[in-house]
Amino acid sequence: MIIRADLHIHTALSPCAEVEMLPPLIVERALEQRLDLIAITDHNSSANVQAVMDAARDTGLKVWAGMEFQTREEVHTLCLFDTVRQLRALQAVLELALPHLPNNPAKLGEQFIVDAQGDFLAREERLLLVSAGTALESLIREVNALGGMAIPAHIDRAENGLIPLLGFVPPDLPVPALEISRHISASEARARFHIPAHYALTRASDAHWLDAIGNAITELDFTGTRSVANVACALREGRYALRTT
Amino acid sequence: MIVREVVEKLGLQVVAGSAALNREITGGYAADLLSCVMARAKPGNVWVTLQAHPNVIAVAVLLELAAVIVTENAPIAAEVAAKAEAEKLVVLATPCTTFAIVTELARLGVAAQE
Repeated sequence: MIIRADLHIHTALSPCAEVEMLPPLIVERALEQRLDLIAITDHNSSANVQAVMDAARDTGLKVWAGMEFQTREEVHTLCLFDTVRQLRALQAVLELALPHLPNNPAKLGEQFIVDAQGDFLAREERLLLVSAGTALESLIREVNALGGMAIPAHIDRAENGLIPLLGFVPPDLPVPALEISRHISASEARARFHIPAHYALTRASDAHWLDAIGNAITELDFTGTRSVANVACALREGRYALRTT
Repeated sequence: MIVREVVEKLGLQVVAGSAALNREITGGYAADLLSCVMARAKPGNVWVTLQAHPNVIAVAVLLELAAVIVTENAPIAAEVAAKAEAEKLVVLATPCTTFAIVTELARLGVAAQE
């Protein structure tokens, strides 16, 4: 069975995302795009994940609890879980490593915490788009220990991509996959960056506005529940394809 | 100028590679993007950076750099230090900023190599 997955979507909580990235609208757009699985991945925060899960209830769309974490090296890394509980446990572990700098909404963008209807609950006062003190390998260890899956994001991108920052992909990262941007094909990425064959390559929209949702996805072939474990297995076994529209 | 002189004059902490302190320095390079370092740093250069990821060691060894100076007390993991030690790569630590270290290196006559 083919599962259409977009595993990198921001909400209005991310300062760089549009205010239209509200739970009911994200779900509506994901369904229009015939997606089966999405992950909500705001920068360094889990605060809007439950709202999107609630908005997707009874729609057939599966929502994962995720976060795009910025490591000490400034590498953006997707941390993906089946449940909000696991994600919150990660947030608790990382809390001490996050700097407490105030956001400047006028310059950097608003950070809205909202409910399942998209109504305003609070402003996140702390700037989210910053590096934490946690090193990449430590983060991945924590994610794996909590039963999640880590995927370094847009590794080829100049801003916060693993390749520009770290020069090459470490050969032994305990992750099933690396995300590449829509600007490069999988074969090009493998050849240019000498990516070891044991890493799968995924693609996602990294949507910051509604129209972007689903414009770059990974199709996964597996049966059973749309769980992190099943997706990780499909990635490891090469049962996937990248799609861009 | 050899690495040992830089260590002494700048008061740097030797984290790894003390066996290679007599290595001659050919010039300097400063950046935190390892892709830039791979493209621009030259053999025998001293590299000044905030990064302390294991890839730093691999890049420095690959390029045959004379030493890596990790600035602003960026934490250097034990396995990173051990890897550098095994590769006989000098890794130095300092609480100073990259800017301050580069300024001092320039004063000692360590120059950019184009």
